Amino acid sequence: MLDDFLTRAMLAGLGTALAAAPLGCFVVWRRMAYFSDATSHSAILGIAFALAFNVSPAFGALATAFLMALAIGSLTGRRLTGDTALGVLAHGALAAGLVAAALLPIPAISLESLLFGDILTVSRTDLAVIWGGAVVILALLAARWTALLTATLDPDLARASGIDPDRTELVLTVTLALTVAIAIEVVGVLLIGALLVIPAAAARPLARTPEAMAGIAAVIGAASALGGLQIAAWQDTPAGPTIVCTALALFALSRVKMTLT
Amino acid sequence: MSLISAERLTVRRDGRVALHHVSLAIEPGEIVTIVGPNGSGKTTLLKALIGAEVPSEGRIVRQPGLSIGYVPQGLRPDATLPMTVKRFLSLPARRSKAELNSALEHAGAADLADRQLADLSGGQTQRVLLARALLGAPQLLLLDEPTTGLDQPGSAAFYRRLEAVRNETGCAVLLVSHELHVVMSASDRVICLNGHVCCEGRPDAVASAPEYRALFGTGTGGALALYRHEHDHSHDHAAE
Repeated sequence: MLDDFLTRAMLAGLGTALAAAPLGCFVVWRRMAYFSDATSHSAILGIAFALAFNVSPAFGALATAFLMALAIGSLTGRRLTGDTALGVLAHGALAAGLVAAALLPIPAISLESLLFGDILTVSRTDLAVIWGGAVVILALLAARWTALLTATLDPDLARASGIDPDRTELVLTVTLALTVAIAIEVVGVLLIGALLVIPAAAARPLARTPEAMAGIAAVIGAASALGGLQIAAWQDTPAGPTIVCTALALFALSRVKMTLT
Repeated sequence: MSLISAERLTVRRDGRVALHHVSLAIEPGEIVTIVGPNGSGKTTLLKALIGAEVPSEGRIVRQPGLSIGYVPQGLRPDATLPMTVKRFLSLPARRSKAELNSALEHAGAADLADRQLADLSGGQTQRVLLARALLGAPQLLLLDEPTTGLDQPGSAAFYRRLEAVRNETGCAVLLVSHELHVVMSASDRVICLNGHVCCEGRPDAVASAPEYRALFGTGTGGALALYRHEHDHSHDHAAE
């Protein structure tokens, strides 16, 4: 069954969307959209270095994304209000990565697949990495779910309940870096942020509790991945952007529903 | 022994000394108010007591197994976070329905259980935060400026509710405020803070202390009387 490239692509999209949805909820609740952009853009630098030193690109992406997320976290403080600092880092990391990819002695890499993903060429190994990563992401979030929610509402409230907000937030840093590493194949560095934010934003009007929002976001993300791939195959459009456009359409529908009710 | 005590506590924040050799002790069942101007270290002191600030000198001694209910200075939930009051009260630990109802009842927030947190008014939010702090039957309630954003009758009603909670559950209450007049008459003891403890004692004694007058002037006497006046009547403040 995994011999078919479209089946592999659908499984890859599904795994990424399911992992990104609950994390995307935290990105929305904590206003970390720019933070996630900066983190995912930094992955290009990691991939360039990984290719130059002959290690796995996914590992390179994971390492730089993690370091970037850690650096931003410590630079801007917990509440992440440094909008300008994040803008500088997000675009600076992207540009530096592209320059490094040109300078380093590496085989010519397809910039387009880095920036927009290459889901139709996903291999069995890639699938294993994506689903393995997705399981780790979901397990980490589930294990610290209530602590993360409490810290998101109010760090001091969390401390008074015996939760260390800084340690708890490390979970977000780790899962964000993991998400970047597994989502590059699927949507590319430019659209990872979309996969995080759009399903969560679309789920918001339909949910009354955080758990419901995460669940609905997962459904919307999965539907976008599967539906987007079908449309891409049918209309011969680029897969990653088509997935994001499908999510965008579902977001618009949920807004319409909110306005009507 | 005291529920909690601070011994010669010194806390540095952002390179400056926010608290200098502060000592205090809270006894079971008493209501203590910390008053002080802005930047006097009131919030820092409260945060040190819940363990959110690490003192550079001195220490905090808690009675073994002390349970603390903490009411932060308001809550600004992001509108993108869907959260019913009921769900909020079960964070981070799940609570039984009976526990939830009892806490909401005590805090005067029984009608808010199914509302969204982000839709609540300032006064409603404070009552919900109080309900959350009451879960787990705390021996000590810590409140940071609990009436910020409430009007005068609203504040007075909130403090009367605190008194009622203390009388019903026997928990001690330590609160921080700059609303001297309203707070002080509801307190057993007042601690006047300005980086260090300026003076402390019964409300009327502190109000006439020279250290207190130096910080706040003498203009609060009339307002103190205003609260006493309100206290004598039985207005309905439930609709604050």
